[in-house]
Amino acid sequence: MKRVKVLVAKPGLDGHDRGAKVVAMALRDAGMEVIYTGLRQSADEVVKAALQEDVDIIGLSILSGAHMRICEKVLNLMKEKGIDEKPVFVGGIIPAEDALELKKMGILEVFGPGTPLKAIVDSIKGAVDK
Amino acid sequence: MSERLFYANQLAISRTLTRIENDRSVAREIIGSLEERDYHVVGITGSPGAGKSTLTDRLALLSSKEKRTAIIAIDPSSPFTGGAFLGDRIRMKSSTKSEEIFVRSMASRGKVGGLSPSIYDAVEFLGRSGFDRVFVETVGAGQSETDIENLADVVLLVLAPGLGDDVQTMKAGIMEIGDIFAVNKMDLPGASQLATRTGAILEMSGRELPIILTNSINGQGVEELHNLIEKALGELDISGAIEEKRRRRTLYNNLNSVYQIIKEDFSENAKLEELMNYLLENRRLSDES
Amino acid sequence: MNNPENLKKVKEEWKEKKVLPLLRKFPERKSQFKTSFDGDIDILYTPEDLPPDGYDQALGFPGQYPFTRGVQPTMYRGRFWTMRQYAGFGTAEESNERYRYLLSQGQTGLSVAFDLPTQIGYDSDDQMAEGEVGKVGVAIDSLEDMEVLFEGIPLDKVSTSMTINSTAAILLAMYIAVGEKQGVDPSRLTGTIQNDILKEYIARGTYIFPPDASMRLITDIFEYCSKALPDFNTISISGYHIREAGADAAQEVAFTLADGIAYVESAIKAGLDPNVFGKRLSFFFNSHNNFLEEIAKFRAARRLWAKIMKDRFGVTDEKAMMLRFHTQTGGSTLTAQQPMNNIIRVAFQALAAVLGGTQSLHTNSFDEALGLPTQDSVTIALRTQQIIACETGVTDTVDPVGGSYYVENLTDRIEKLALDYLQKIDDLGGMVKAVQEGYIQKEILNTAYNYQLKVEREEQVIVGVNQYLSDENLKKDILKIDPVIEEKQRNKLAALKRRRNSQVVEEALKELKKAALGSENLFPIILNAVKSYATLGEISNTLRDVFGEYTEAVIL
Repeated sequence: MKRVKVLVAKPGLDGHDRGAKVVAMALRDAGMEVIYTGLRQSADEVVKAALQEDVDIIGLSILSGAHMRICEKVLNLMKEKGIDEKPVFVGGIIPAEDALELKKMGILEVFGPGTPLKAIVDSIKGAVDK
Repeated sequence: MSERLFYANQLAISRTLTRIENDRSVAREIIGSLEERDYHVVGITGSPGAGKSTLTDRLALLSSKEKRTAIIAIDPSSPFTGGAFLGDRIRMKSSTKSEEIFVRSMASRGKVGGLSPSIYDAVEFLGRSGFDRVFVETVGAGQSETDIENLADVVLLVLAPGLGDDVQTMKAGIMEIGDIFAVNKMDLPGASQLATRTGAILEMSGRELPIILTNSINGQGVEELHNLIEKALGELDISGAIEEKRRRRTLYNNLNSVYQIIKEDFSENAKLEELMNYLLENRRLSDES
Repeated sequence: MNNPENLKKVKEEWKEKKVLPLLRKFPERKSQFKTSFDGDIDILYTPEDLPPDGYDQALGFPGQYPFTRGVQPTMYRGRFWTMRQYAGFGTAEESNERYRYLLSQGQTGLSVAFDLPTQIGYDSDDQMAEGEVGKVGVAIDSLEDMEVLFEGIPLDKVSTSMTINSTAAILLAMYIAVGEKQGVDPSRLTGTIQNDILKEYIARGTYIFPPDASMRLITDIFEYCSKALPDFNTISISGYHIREAGADAAQEVAFTLADGIAYVESAIKAGLDPNVFGKRLSFFFNSHNNFLEEIAKFRAARRLWAKIMKDRFGVTDEKAMMLRFHTQTGGSTLTAQQPMNNIIRVAFQALAAVLGGTQSLHTNSFDEALGLPTQDSVTIALRTQQIIACETGVTDTVDPVGGSYYVENLTDRIEKLALDYLQKIDDLGGMVKAVQEGYIQKEILNTAYNYQLKVEREEQVIVGVNQYLSDENLKKDILKIDPVIEEKQRNKLAALKRRRNSQVVEEALKELKKAALGSENLFPIILNAVKSYATLGEISNTLRDVFGEYTEAVIL
């Protein structure tokens, strides 16, 4: 029996986890298995969790403004560990030009404030089905 | 692939586990292609909130100093949506940071016993791929406690004061399972009374088993607990009882598969669960004879 | 008509004769009207909905128990609230420049935002700090940075609020040391440190140590400051972040006051007199969109806290029963879509805070859902406050909404709901335990999730987000933090470490470790370490070694 497995991670030091947790609840209610890492994860820990849990997709929630550095590190580490085929999406306060930059870097989707939960769920389902 | 190499290749392990989780017949094939190997399974169960995850984290870290160690942590799936939260990594800080320990979360995926339907295969696979110790942490509610008995070589039952454990466990008869008892949160009032009462209950049922006070937050008592587990496993090896444990594990793995097959092919048949219980009952009777 | 029984009858008749026939032809917009805390809202409120206790007991006069109508007798007829904009970013030099600008524009108090490494006890060169240095606030590694931060700002003339919690003792020690270098005696320092660790576990996430150790540090600060800094607010018990995490208005009041109770209890345990330190407690609330409900919330919190201090803790000095609070408009209400709309939202929220009797106020900048605010947007936010103060006339009498049937009814209901929660928390064994077990976090998350589902179903309209959308380009001018800051800060730190007397530092840290293992007051020892130019990270790590680190409750 196949189920979509999602990693919801809070990399960096930022402690605002309302968004991450609300999204995690929505994903669970959409029938997915959600691995939640808790606060203050290093890029290393995030990638390790993704690797050991063999998730289908990775969600990073970042509200501290440290998104560029964190995403770059996570993507590089994923490549190094051989799991760069897994899609990564980012949620948080991300300025539009940074969002563009992140997508160029290889981030699949950037969800800003006010994104409907349904859009996130659909987007993840779509990415996994591909 | 050589044994050692496979163990070291977390990515290969991880991806194979997913295939095992998702398809039973594939699981059989994979396991069949690997040579049998000696390894031990430590089951950890107890009420939610007793501190199972933190304790498992510490035990795994101690174990990993000598043995190749893996953890499987099981969380419940929603019976309505099939979705699940797998949050054990939050409390398994040392193990998730360690390069040596492999940590995997599994959803119970609606299995009656509360363990994941593919748990036997997953454990057997980890054992055959080179892990010496597999810790399995249960949901801690429902029937997972009784199911873990069939899976694990040694079962650790974690209790804590303030959870109504003293009354509840007696009621549920949970204390009929468990080879070692840890009264966690020993810094809280009521911990030593709980240990004493646990001892009394065990004595009444004619079982003399080790009870130890622990504090999974600061690590107090955990080293002794680790030694107790090692000792129990060692005794199983020496007495040869480990063979019986393994035989039982295989037996239940088979039965579990039978159940899965029947369930998946005739999922609308409400009688199947009952049928399963008969099978288990029969088996138990034949074991006892 | 004045008889409540009679009034009730008349209202029923009115509903039957006037309202119902109309509803049959023109149904209302919604099948039910609800408060944020899921309470029913009636079509009309009348004198029968006023507090049953009567005017004297329930409302009283401003500056008198139970302070429902305000903590001072004259309120804004005397002077306006403190207009205090939270600011800080990048290096100490840049933040210093912004502070001087804000002061020159008529701001009357400073509010320092620290970056996350500073808040969580990591130096800028720590691996954990990578990418975060100077991002959400100013980076402070040592006394040296603090000296720069307040350069040219006389600490005896300005009141400074510092949003700092698990490392509050260290930053306050640095502030005292800077004051001393300026020749200002600690007793003349005024301001506030947030120092509210419980809400960090609940909602904000910048905790370091487990609760017991954290509570010790907090009471050590209370004790030290009660003598040395008598005019400094040693805690700002914060509902703001609890609300941001998704709580409703009643939960915000309940959990904030429950935190307050926990602090008072631990201070009493440490031997402090609640009649004295009760005066040094300050609060910090959110101001959200629901205008009348928010006004009621502030009034309910004020009344309930006065009762708690009087009845639960036996306080006799009325000044120690007063709930004085700072307000910030709700950050989570800001939308990234059509960001200019946020100016309007902030104005209404700020007005609610003023009508609720706030002592100081931060108004958010309209562009904060997009990134850090620019100087222009910060200025508009400050001007919003000045317009309310000087142009709207709401400041010309005290508690102008007092007596509104609806507002008084809401005030009562929020107080009652909060009281129910307080009872439940007591039953769980107190706030520290309730937080450790994740009960509070779960309650908040459930509210947050339900709210989000309402937004998805468009039961809750957010203009520009789920209705009244327009095509727009979300690109805008935002403040960029120069990535070079991290390197600059590291170099500065390395230079300091070469320059300072490392032997003195080592000894100060050794002494700190010894003290932490024992039970003496840690504050003077931290102050000593700070003066030796031991870094924030070094001091925090010394305490980490002794106290360990907190692991969050798993609530999902």
